[in-house]
Amino acid sequence: MLFACLLYMQKAMLEKVDRHILRHLQRDPGMGGPALAEAVRLTPARVSRRLDRLRETGVLKGSRRVIDWRALGYAVEVSLRITLDKTQSGSFDAFLSAARQVPEVTEIQTFLGRVDVRLSLVARDLPDYQRVYRDAVLTLPHIADIEALMTVATVKTGQGLPI
Amino acid sequence: MILDDTDRRLLRLLATDADMPTTQIARRLGLSQPATWRRIRRLEQTGILGDRVLDLDLAAVGFGVTVFLGVKLATKGRVSLEDFERAVGAIPEVQTVEHMLGLYDYRLRVVARDLADFERVLRRRIMALPGVGNVEANVLLSEERLTGPL
Repeated sequence: MLFACLLYMQKAMLEKVDRHILRHLQRDPGMGGPALAEAVRLTPARVSRRLDRLRETGVLKGSRRVIDWRALGYAVEVSLRITLDKTQSGSFDAFLSAARQVPEVTEIQTFLGRVDVRLSLVARDLPDYQRVYRDAVLTLPHIADIEALMTVATVKTGQGLPI
Repeated sequence: MILDDTDRRLLRLLATDADMPTTQIARRLGLSQPATWRRIRRLEQTGILGDRVLDLDLAAVGFGVTVFLGVKLATKGRVSLEDFERAVGAIPEVQTVEHMLGLYDYRLRVVARDLADFERVLRRRIMALPGVGNVEANVLLSEERLTGPL
């Protein structure tokens, strides 16, 4: 009983340390081992072991750099909410694999709700968007309905999870 | 700024894996390490290469549910957009806020521990926002990021 209790406590404590590490990393993913160790008050070796475990167990999947499409000359960002014709089998997979081939698509999300799939796409300007929409989007298979919304401004982004 | 093929390959690499050491990136691109650094700095200075963000398994860190909310404001004119934006931005579970043109006014990305927790966030936080009208919720099932037109 005591042993189980200790085990439980250790597990809970370790989890707290992991969360602490992830909170710091989330704020500054480029943080080096020594700085991170100091921030969470552990030895660099222990932090490095924790990080290895977080990676091995798939909790920490890695990191990526955000691309600013506006700075690259893509002024238009459109969100396409798509309903698929589900009467045909395999419509989801066929649609998704075709959507992946459209270069202007930056994100694909699938949902449970009124909308089946959402595509984020970028274009240089409105005529360019028109071209992508006509030539590449409307030709995607099994679309039953599309609604387009344009992003006016991003108000909040990348604030991190309340871990 | 005009990008060459090497810049585009560099952006593709960094947009998918920012943990890769510069030595390895340099080798992949067939560049020297200083030349790679110079290119990265130039892309940062022009604002094209943005922040580095951590990629976490949401379920593993305790957020089993991600919901996208389309929010329509009910009393446009009476409540300022600034008031709404300030209030919604302060909710920790709200990860992103985008002002949209179309069917609804704002798109929010909300994380929650589970559906019960999501209901709490929706009722106590979102529905209490100034000027909030219709809210449409779609629960995220899967998500993939592509490198886009690079």
